[in-house]
Amino acid sequence: MARFGTQEWYDVYMEEINKSNAYEEAAKTWEGDFYFIVEKGGPVKEQIFGYVDLWHGKCRKAEIVTDRKQYNPEFIISAPYHIWKRICLKQLDSTQALITKQSRLMTGSRGTMAKIMRYTKAANELTNITARIDTEWLD
Amino acid sequence: MWTFSCPLIVYGDNALEYLVQIQGKKAFIVTDKNILKLGLTKLVTDQLDAVNIQWEIFDEIEPEPSLNTINKGKIAVGKYQPDWVIGIGGGSCMDAAKALICLLARPDLEPDAVSVIETFNFREKARLMAIPTTSGTGSEATWAVVLTDTSDNRKLGLGTTEDMPDVAILDPLMVVGMPPQITADTGMDVVCQAIEGYVSTWGTSITEGPGLIAAQRAFEYLPKAYKNGDDLDARKEMQNAATLSGMCFGNSMAGLGHSCGHALGAVYHVPHGRAVGLFLPYTMEYLINSSEETTAKYAKIARFCGIASGADKECAHALVAKVRALAKEIGQPLSVKDCGIAKAQYNESMPGLIERALNEVMTITVTRVPGEEDLGKIFRHAYEGKSIDF
Repeated sequence: MARFGTQEWYDVYMEEINKSNAYEEAAKTWEGDFYFIVEKGGPVKEQIFGYVDLWHGKCRKAEIVTDRKQYNPEFIISAPYHIWKRICLKQLDSTQALITKQSRLMTGSRGTMAKIMRYTKAANELTNITARIDTEWLD
Repeated sequence: MWTFSCPLIVYGDNALEYLVQIQGKKAFIVTDKNILKLGLTKLVTDQLDAVNIQWEIFDEIEPEPSLNTINKGKIAVGKYQPDWVIGIGGGSCMDAAKALICLLARPDLEPDAVSVIETFNFREKARLMAIPTTSGTGSEATWAVVLTDTSDNRKLGLGTTEDMPDVAILDPLMVVGMPPQITADTGMDVVCQAIEGYVSTWGTSITEGPGLIAAQRAFEYLPKAYKNGDDLDARKEMQNAATLSGMCFGNSMAGLGHSCGHALGAVYHVPHGRAVGLFLPYTMEYLINSSEETTAKYAKIARFCGIASGADKECAHALVAKVRALAKEIGQPLSVKDCGIAKAQYNESMPGLIERALNEVMTITVTRVPGEEDLGKIFRHAYEGKSIDF
């Protein structure tokens, strides 16, 4: 079991992404990286920055960073802990979370909404993968 | 948390007279040249004139409006600085109006940034009205904006929840002259939106009601409106059905028929309603073949509409048969081949069709999410008119 928001959790996430044929098929032309930010609040005492670099259906890097300036990813998704938990457990659809502004998607210096919209299936597979991770939650 | 939103709906005889009640000084009308030529914009501007509301018309909207056209409109609306933006026309004009009111408030953005990730607060400047001249897209009751990126023939599903029109006016005068072909094309969109919105995985009891009534009315009144355009009762019922279908799928999302239809429309410029209606029965069969949950929902629609009774699977297949029979009755294509698309060209475009359909949000709001292989099979079966048997 991996504790949410730790390097151990991101190691498992990377492993699971790289084992997923469905993700590989859906994201075979995707090139781009993300920060997944868990906002401060509840059991989260300081913001958690997860960096994930996705390239042609594979995950090249997944790590917890302490300095936000370490990377300048194309996309940033930010949400409170309880929303991330619901998304990861597939109790809340990640697109519905965005629409209702329970989570926020921000484009970095190179990212565009048009680009990310073309990979809906891949995004869905990334969420399917989180649901498969045996996670120790923070609350 | 989820939301249900819809505009103030003004409907029935003389509904356009509501325009004399609105508060404002300047209206920016977004439409196309054909609507202008038919005199439909004049029915609106006459009302605005009566209460001394100035207006300007932007009539450059083409079917499936491009990002370039919206950029032109952005300049025009920015110069005019209206306090109302009114889309008059089919889905293209209404969607364009939604995009332009956002860009009025945020001229720093490009049209493809009209999305949920931005905040527009456009009501500090202007309000949004939609007046449909077709009974189809339901755009008057949704916040969705579909624009076309002509650089790679792709439809972009944009929009923000702010984009729900403040007012939708459904006046039968605006649709009574609609030609049979457009009545049929747009009417199939109603059927598709109602059924797909009802069975969507995002659907709830809040969205099911509008979907059921929309489907029932469309099955009953679409053939009548198609055969006799002067049948005002049929026209009114189809207007209402279109808006109800928008209230359903606009709050719950459409499904695979729309994903495949969007892809076909983007590549081959098949009209939206015709394209999504064509794929609807095939994608319904695909879902029936592996999802008891969706099969049960199709069955509920069939029973409600008086199409069949009995076991779920039997009723669901009866609903598929009803969709095909309706399409046939109103002269719609039953296969991609019927659209006049050459097989060799279609096969060549297959990777692009699959990729486009795969990445529509509507592909993941169904109970059986297809991958590339299954989408390829669906496209091939639909070309030949073969029922989905996998």
